[in-house]
Formats: sequence, structure tokens, C-alpha cells
Amino acid sequence: MLLRSETIPRSEFEAGTGWQLKPEGACQGEVCVPLSQPAGDTVDVARVAKDLGMPFVAAPGFKLWALGPASIGSRALATAKAADLRLPDLDGKEFRLSSLLGQKVLLYAWAPY
Amino acid sequence: MWQALRKELHPKGFELVTVGLDSKGDAGCRAFIEAAKPEHPSLIDRHHVLAELFGVTNIPSSVWIDEEGTIVRPAEPAPAPPQATPSAPQATTPSPPRLNLPAEAPQRFKDIMAEAAKIRKDPQSYHAALRDWVEKGAASKFALPPDEVIARSRPRDNGKALGHAHFQLATQLEIDGHHEEAVKHFREAHRLVPDSWTFRRQAWSLEQVGEGPLARFWQGPNPAAPDAWPYEGDWLSDIRREGAENYNEPWKP
Repeated sequence: MLLRSETIPRSEFEAGTGWQLKPEGACQGEVCVPLSQPAGDTVDVARVAKDLGMPFVAAPGFKLWALGPASIGSRALATAKAADLRLPDLDGKEFRLSSLLGQKVLLYAWAPY
Repeated sequence: MWQALRKELHPKGFELVTVGLDSKGDAGCRAFIEAAKPEHPSLIDRHHVLAELFGVTNIPSSVWIDEEGTIVRPAEPAPAPPQATPSAPQATTPSPPRLNLPAEAPQRFKDIMAEAAKIRKDPQSYHAALRDWVEKGAASKFALPPDEVIARSRPRDNGKALGHAHFQLATQLEIDGHHEEAVKHFREAHRLVPDSWTFRRQAWSLEQVGEGPLARFWQGPNPAAPDAWPYEGDWLSDIRREGAENYNEPWKP
């Protein structure tokens, strides 16, 4: 996920990474990773990145950072629980994958190039 | 064709969600989406979060998610339905246009199309499986258990995770108009995640050669200034080197 600051609201971290910050640690589905410090309302991204083994990279001079995904188990997915994808449609309206709970979903990736 | 399938399966509790992976966002995707007039959610993914969150490395590909929000098939190639019934509407899911090339099209496009034609597809097996799952749900043998879903998701080590971070920096820098900086991070992403075709094709497509709708499909050095090409590979060289028949892994039931 992309960041404009090295500290971000917890909700932004959770939405961007798919990891929920709970008292027992950072969790995705049934997988929980303990954190070195319990997360508050604001997340020190570098610290949590270290706990989760996420790469945290800056674009020096641009006030821009990217937090890469965790690579737990050396696979793209740490759990089969789908992250709650949030993306805009053409009108800029945000869609959330969780709005389709109760239906079978085929998520289809395409590109115009 | 996907739309006809969606229309047919929607009453059975099925929904299609299409996601256009393009750092150009609306500017890149709008024409295709508007032509398709989708009734299903049709989304724009400027930073390829589908790669980050679901392990998508190629297009077109799909992820199947059940009623509980559990993935039952991780990212895999998703061929178009075998054939539309004669009465089915002709609108298609947004997809890159089939290049109906004029006779005078440059040889490069003809070569690209010849390679693309060799890409392995198994629409019959894939779509039979999809219908089976929509019909039977968890009882379908094509709905994989969670351990298998994780095991079949793309390999990702720390280096690849780092490559994803560089890719997202690149897409944002590109959007902000810092193209040369973006190229540096695209190059890092390519080096670190060599198995992602989308990371490569996205970057190549931003080096437009010529004008018009085909400019983004050139995806290689400009013959007028070949030394200005900023990447190690290009679409035609890479697919020839790796073999079009290896572009998609064989579909596994």
C-alpha cells in the first residue's frame, strides 16, 4: 500500500493491507502475528512492518512510501479469507468486496494494454 | 461473453467483479468499460492491489470467492467462455481489444498477435468447473480447501514483497508526473518479481510508440530511437524467450 506519511490511522492500515490490528496481534483470517507493541489508533508503520516482515520503502524526496505485502509462508496468501478489497468504479464510488457476502464472486483481472 | 455468462449465473447467487489494472486509471479503462456497459461492479485498480492482496501476476485471471468471503480458487488464468450462444448479447467484459490489424500494420503487431495466438488456454475445463461450483458450492470438487488455496497462491518471498512495494511507488510516481523516477522503481519491481507479466506490461505500456489506440500495445523499443528504451525486456522479446506456450501454466482442476 502507498502512504504519504510514516504514521497512519489504524483504519487506513487495516484497509490497505488486509491485516486487522487486534490485542492479540495483527490478524488476517485465522492467522495472527504478535506485535512488539500493541497498536493504538495511529500506526507507526515502520514498526508494524518489521513485526510482519513487510518491506517498507521510501521514494526519497517525494514524501511517498510503499508498504509491501507480508510474505508469510512464502505464498501470496497467508489465509484463504479474502481481504476486503476496496476499489473505486468509474464514477469514483468506492466498492467493497464485503458488500457481496452471501454471493459467489468471480474477481476478474483485466487490463487495457 | 463474460457478461452473458454473468447474466445467466447471477440468479443462482453469482456475481462477477471486473477490475482494470492500470495506473492510467479512468483514462486507460473508461472506453472499454463504457463499451461493455457492465451491470456488475467494474472497478479501477491504479496500483495493482490485486497483485498485493490476491497474488495476481497476469491478465486475464480470476479469483473465486464463496458466500462466506473465503477464497476457493486463488489467482489463475481465466479464459473467456468457450462461445456465446447465438442469442447472447455481444457486449463483452472490458478487455483489451482484439487487434484487428489493417494489412499495413507494422510487422511488430503481426508478430505479437502470432505469439499471443500460441498462448495456452483451456476454456472448456475452466468454464465447466465454474458452472459446477456455482451449482454445487462447497460440494464442488473445484472449490479447493483453504490449505490448498494458500499452497496454490503465487510464491512470494521477501524479495518479491519488496518488488511489490517498488511497483506501487512506481505507479504513484507515474501518476504524479515523475516518469523517470517511476521507471527506476518499475525496473526494481521487474528485477525482484520476474514472474509478473502485469508488472512488465504495465510499465511497457506507458512507453507509447506512435499515436492512436495501438500505441500502448507496441510495448517495445521505438525503431526510431531504440537506445531510449528504458527496460531490459519488451513484450515480443520476453514472450519469445519464455515461450508463449509457457505464458499460462496448465489449468489444474
